[in-house]
Amino acid sequence: MRRARGHVLPAALLAGVLLGAWEAYVDLAGVQEELLPAPHAVAAALWANDSLVLHNFAVTAEEVVLGLALALAAGLALAVAIHLLPLLRRAVYPLAVGSQAVPIPVIGVLLVFWWGFGIFPKLVVIALICFFPVLVTTVDGLAAVDPEQPKLLRTLDASRWQAFRFAELPAALPAALSGARIALAVGVIGAFIAETSTPTSQPYAGLGREIITDAGGFQTARAYAATMVLFAFAVACFYALALAERRLAPWAAQPRGDTP
Amino acid sequence: MPAELQSRARPSAPPRAPVAEIVLERVGHGYRRRNGADVQALAGVSLRVAAGELLAVVGPSGCGKSTLLELLCGLQRPDEGSIVCPPAVLMPQRDLLLPWLSALDNAALAPRIAGDSRALARRRAAALFAELGLAGFEGARPHELSGGMRQRVAFLRTLLSGKPVVCLDEPFGALDALTRAEMQQWLARTLAHERRTVVLVTHDVEEAVLLADRLVVLSPRPGRVLAELDVDIERPRSRTDPAAIALRERALSALGMDGCG
Repeated sequence: MRRARGHVLPAALLAGVLLGAWEAYVDLAGVQEELLPAPHAVAAALWANDSLVLHNFAVTAEEVVLGLALALAAGLALAVAIHLLPLLRRAVYPLAVGSQAVPIPVIGVLLVFWWGFGIFPKLVVIALICFFPVLVTTVDGLAAVDPEQPKLLRTLDASRWQAFRFAELPAALPAALSGARIALAVGVIGAFIAETSTPTSQPYAGLGREIITDAGGFQTARAYAATMVLFAFAVACFYALALAERRLAPWAAQPRGDTP
Repeated sequence: MPAELQSRARPSAPPRAPVAEIVLERVGHGYRRRNGADVQALAGVSLRVAAGELLAVVGPSGCGKSTLLELLCGLQRPDEGSIVCPPAVLMPQRDLLLPWLSALDNAALAPRIAGDSRALARRRAAALFAELGLAGFEGARPHELSGGMRQRVAFLRTLLSGKPVVCLDEPFGALDALTRAEMQQWLARTLAHERRTVVLVTHDVEEAVLLADRLVVLSPRPGRVLAELDVDIERPRSRTDPAAIALRERALSALGMDGCG
């Protein structure tokens, strides 16, 4: 408990200071609410529209979680394949890098044409944005095994699969999890891009769609309220993953000890 | 090209493997450095290691000692000559314990790779933990162990592979002097229980005289056999025994180091 408080307190203090400065700036400089709503106005907008924001949040949260799962699965599978088949690395890497330069709206329509107005095209967009950090960190992690280790394993008559299973895979796990954390950080903005670049038939289109509508309709306070929810969600997910990392790869946290 | 290569049949890792003899005939071996330069590591090395014997190979750094062990373990094939060696397991200088496994699971890695279930592999490792002075450390992770304890776990892993030949590549080279002395005693005791054919590579002549039945002195690269010395000293040995000191001097003079002390 005490440790948790020690971790939360500095962040809470800094957030409080920034919110206070923001409030003071808007009030003292007389900034119009359509331009920049004060924190109290954002809170009021959130309170007044709690049901709308909550429903849209549920949609976005589902997209982020499932999209990240898809990105992790794709990134890990591709990393393992690239590690085991160097030829594949030469073939796939340039395409994987290039894929990160494709502006999503260009292919949004195509994805909807293929898979309809449901959630799946959005998951594909998120996965496309998020698989890359997982791929790169995992490929590096798999290659970072001590070069002497394979010799030892060979004199123990380990098969290729056993060497992978006992040495390479666990060695790559911390790197893969770091990749997942980066993926998560871009995953929320990925969901925003997904929602705004693919049309939907659902009653609630997600927070990203809501933000675009509100920002265009002079509902700036509500757009900020939705943004705050995304903000908090990203922070919560990040720390949840850090917690999972400590569970899954406790040896990786040992020498550093600065993980949140 | 060598006519005979070691049989690398896969034993089901019996707890105490039969001891067996090693024969090297005029073995030469080279490798290519990353910068493209060819290095002749060994030249015309003929050796015989009797079953159950502990042979120490001493020589200056870079005399092809590690290459010799890699050849014995079948990690490389010799360019020239022939090697007859039963299945051999390598214990490298660095322990290479897996940080995500407990000490017990690290030791149990060898039987697990040989196909034992996790539970059986653990039981077999646990049975030897006390004997090797590791009781109570089963659940410790490698980073929680001292250098000496880590080498003990690594050596237990090596023993549990069940291979008749054990190749030790400067096993105590990274330890401080006190721990090293303690580990030398420990290795002598352990090998008295767990008889194997052992090839110990070291640059420490004192260590070789303390542990080995016989000493082979290699020249600087390309490694050739300069001298073979029998160590006919009663065990347990003391490093201050006049016979041990005399033998040490003979080995050092074979290395051309007699004037340096």
